Amino acid sequence: MSKSLPAMTIQDVRTPDPKRFIPGATGDWEVVIGMEVHAQVSSNAKLFSGASTGFGAEPNAHVSLVDAAMPGMLPVINEECVRQAIRTGLGLKAEINRRSVFDRKNYFYPDLPQGYQISQYKQPIVGEGKVSVSVGPDREGRFEEIEIGIERLHLEQDAGKSVHDQHPTMSYVDLNRSGVALMEIVSKPDLRSSDEAKAYLTKLRTIMRYLGTCDGNMDEGSLRADVNVSVRKPGGEFGTRCEIKNVNSIRFVGQAIEFEARRQIGVLEDGGAIVQETRLFDPSKGETRSMRTKEEAHDYRYFPDPDLLPLEFDQAYVDALGRDLPELPDDKRGRLIDSLGLSAYDASILVSDKAIADYFEKVAAGRDGKLAANWVINDLLGALNKAGRDIEDAPVSPDQIGAIIDLIREGTISGKIAKDLFEIVWNEGGDPRELVESRGLKQVTDTGAIEKAVDEVIAANPDKVEQAKAKPSMAGWFVGQVMKATGGKANPQAVNDLVKQKLGVEG
Amino acid sequence: MTELTKKTIAEARAGLRGKEFSATELTNAYLDAIDRANPSLNAYVAVTHDKARAMASASDAKLARGEGGVLEGIPLGIKDLFATEGVHTQAASHILDKFEPRYESTVTANLWADGAVMLGKLNMDEFAMGSSNETSFYGPVVNPWRRANGDNKQLVPGGSSGGSAAAVAGWLCAGATATDTGGSIRQPAAFTGTVGIKPTYGRCSRWGTVAFASSLDQAGPIARDVRDAAILLKSMASVDPKDTTSVDLPVPDYEAAIGRPIKGLKVGIPREYRVDGMPDEIEKLWSQGIAWLREAGAEIVDISLPHTKYALPAYYIVAPAEASSNLARYDGVRYGLRVPGKDIVDMYEKTRAEGFGREVKRRVMIGTYVLSAGYYDAYYLKAQKVRTLIKRDFEEAYASGIDVILTPATPSAAFGIADEDMAADPVKMYLNDIFTVTVNMAGLPGIAVPAGLDASGLPLALQLIGRPFEEETLFQTAAVIEQAAGRFEPTKWW
Repeated sequence: MSKSLPAMTIQDVRTPDPKRFIPGATGDWEVVIGMEVHAQVSSNAKLFSGASTGFGAEPNAHVSLVDAAMPGMLPVINEECVRQAIRTGLGLKAEINRRSVFDRKNYFYPDLPQGYQISQYKQPIVGEGKVSVSVGPDREGRFEEIEIGIERLHLEQDAGKSVHDQHPTMSYVDLNRSGVALMEIVSKPDLRSSDEAKAYLTKLRTIMRYLGTCDGNMDEGSLRADVNVSVRKPGGEFGTRCEIKNVNSIRFVGQAIEFEARRQIGVLEDGGAIVQETRLFDPSKGETRSMRTKEEAHDYRYFPDPDLLPLEFDQAYVDALGRDLPELPDDKRGRLIDSLGLSAYDASILVSDKAIADYFEKVAAGRDGKLAANWVINDLLGALNKAGRDIEDAPVSPDQIGAIIDLIREGTISGKIAKDLFEIVWNEGGDPRELVESRGLKQVTDTGAIEKAVDEVIAANPDKVEQAKAKPSMAGWFVGQVMKATGGKANPQAVNDLVKQKLGVEG
Repeated sequence: MTELTKKTIAEARAGLRGKEFSATELTNAYLDAIDRANPSLNAYVAVTHDKARAMASASDAKLARGEGGVLEGIPLGIKDLFATEGVHTQAASHILDKFEPRYESTVTANLWADGAVMLGKLNMDEFAMGSSNETSFYGPVVNPWRRANGDNKQLVPGGSSGGSAAAVAGWLCAGATATDTGGSIRQPAAFTGTVGIKPTYGRCSRWGTVAFASSLDQAGPIARDVRDAAILLKSMASVDPKDTTSVDLPVPDYEAAIGRPIKGLKVGIPREYRVDGMPDEIEKLWSQGIAWLREAGAEIVDISLPHTKYALPAYYIVAPAEASSNLARYDGVRYGLRVPGKDIVDMYEKTRAEGFGREVKRRVMIGTYVLSAGYYDAYYLKAQKVRTLIKRDFEEAYASGIDVILTPATPSAAFGIADEDMAADPVKMYLNDIFTVTVNMAGLPGIAVPAGLDASGLPLALQLIGRPFEEETLFQTAAVIEQAAGRFEPTKWW
């Protein structure tokens, strides 16, 4: 949409950094990226009709008279979509425009029944804002914090879907999506690498998931991105951009930018010029190709939709929505660091995905935060990663992990046994506390039994006893032997104390 | 039965309540009249005999029980622009061939809820674009009025609600729904000696009415006299959650305004409506109207509406712009006419080329042009600014204490079908709306009321323009003119 908007003055807010440069034959290049993200508003009904927005229904099952553009039908704004747009705007720390206008974007296409899309052109509901993005971690495990400007957010209707593979000569049209509310979130051209672009899109998705304003399911089309890419000599004038349309996964965004930047560098280094155009990304070939040039661009004949009055609300309306916003990822991250004492790294990982954060908060409730973070990050996320599963279908629940942590804290099981217990719960399920009982995993804290085991090990290894007297750290060997002999169930602290006492070493 | 069709709605209402005749008798009288007259007048594009009789019979049952709404058993004609469930709804266009909606417009639903009976769908200019009812795919409507000189020349009934006006004037319905975007109720009413009111924008719901120019379109009635128009508007008007431009204000009892004295009412006479080349008889009619109102005790005040002359050109930018977009949905994909093509674009082009008539195409082209990149600011934006100024002219007049404004309704009486001047120059046709478009541009209510005959014996009308949502003042004042001027009926020839 930016290509039809009045030209805006672009300010370069970033400092060129060699670590992001792309080497070319004639020296280094810098890529400049801006994104237009289309996010489907989480709402039960469409933007201007009462039809359902449910995903996966039979074709044309969710179509009202308005969506099918029957003669004489009129749009009526769905207030829930307006609320969601304002809440998203607040989440992007953006200016909320208390008066905005819906316009018609006119073009013919079979899956656009009205012959126009109702959108917002010159007066969007949300103005400028900003998003903090953590890019990384790099090889040293560090995150870089960057700030990306938001140009605007506006509400618009989605189109239907043309289905071309059902008939030898005809196409079918499915209007289930026709009229579904989208938020188009336009960034400033502040992104300087494919990693930044991916991190930005991920962060947007996280913010909207925290807010519950967009489910962010890219495979269902709930989130799509148009990516504007240009290249330039570092710090130089902005180059001519190409817009890559409708990229539907974060990974593809990265691939499309990488390909497009190299393509443009190639053209320029060969003495050519970049033609402003719209391109498509082909995931199977990993390349972008021309869709239409600027000259072929539609003239959308935007004008205010006379069926809809300007959208107006007062500051109290915005304030009330602001008061009810949930904690956002940046705030949550701060809280995890400040009040739970987590490292910045751990906190970043935990808040990066609302589902992980929610999981973690359940585990951490009433428990040691650091211990909870270790278990969620190292054990749970590690196992999920290995199994290629999402946290939504983790086989171990927060309550189960919590119980394992409690068992450690109570001294009922050792840390090592806890790992085994986690694996049992992961594979077989069950109540950790009951499993400890039924499988005999309980830690032996009976000093008599432990003492007996220590005595046996000492008696069986007189040579090692001599060595240990000379080198007290050898006590560790005895502890290991005792643990082995007790099947790992002995309380390690008690073993340690007894071994040292019997050997007569201090440590 | 002929007398039954000559009754006004008020008279028929009394007759039905008094059991002088039944709704079925009344309806059958109209159906007979339509069947006899329609080959000559072409006012109806569809006659719903069965539905009409069923509705009348239901009304009779209610009336027998002493029940029924305010329009119980009153047979009405419905402009083809209003969606009527299961019934021909084509905006008199080829492109909506065989279109019968599964929904009922809010305006007609209101009428049926009050007990009215539907006789059928009335002819009109295609998509309400025209001032002579000659752009209809179903052919021109013939005005029941003829010149007194005996030339028997067929005249237009005006447009776009030409079928509505001709049916009301020719006793083919007790009253009719109509719509007005630039004068489409008032000009045909003026050409046929009937009363037509375009209420304030937002007074009637636009839901279920095929859109021409959304910011200007407004439904209203055409009726035999002022009282009937008041009765009909009361039923048609409502706030509607399905049309967010409809206004949530109580609908007053308009009929009660009739007969209220106008003593002390301030009537504005805008000097800018005295246009170049205006025929003497229009000038005379206007002076006569002023005299009548003065005699009735009104205070006559000369006023200025300085931006009047820009209204027509601005209207012919705004209305086509909106129309070009509103008519984009007629693409052959989902309903109506489809002319096959070799690909989708070819299908669009063939369908729209065949489905739309010349005038509709002309306006879609004008509208597309004025919204195009590079022309938008010069045309559309400028026209919207003019619109604001026109609105402000009226606001200032009303702020200065003016209650109602009196102007001629049209610059002439009805003209001949296939008038060569108008066919050669569309602008001549557009000039028919010169006194009426300002009212749409400002969103105000306006009523056309018959005030006399021209030298050839054709009806002429005056227009009253009111403050927003003060339709009562219009009925009150129009009734005074009607009282003074008398009522006008054509001599039946069909």
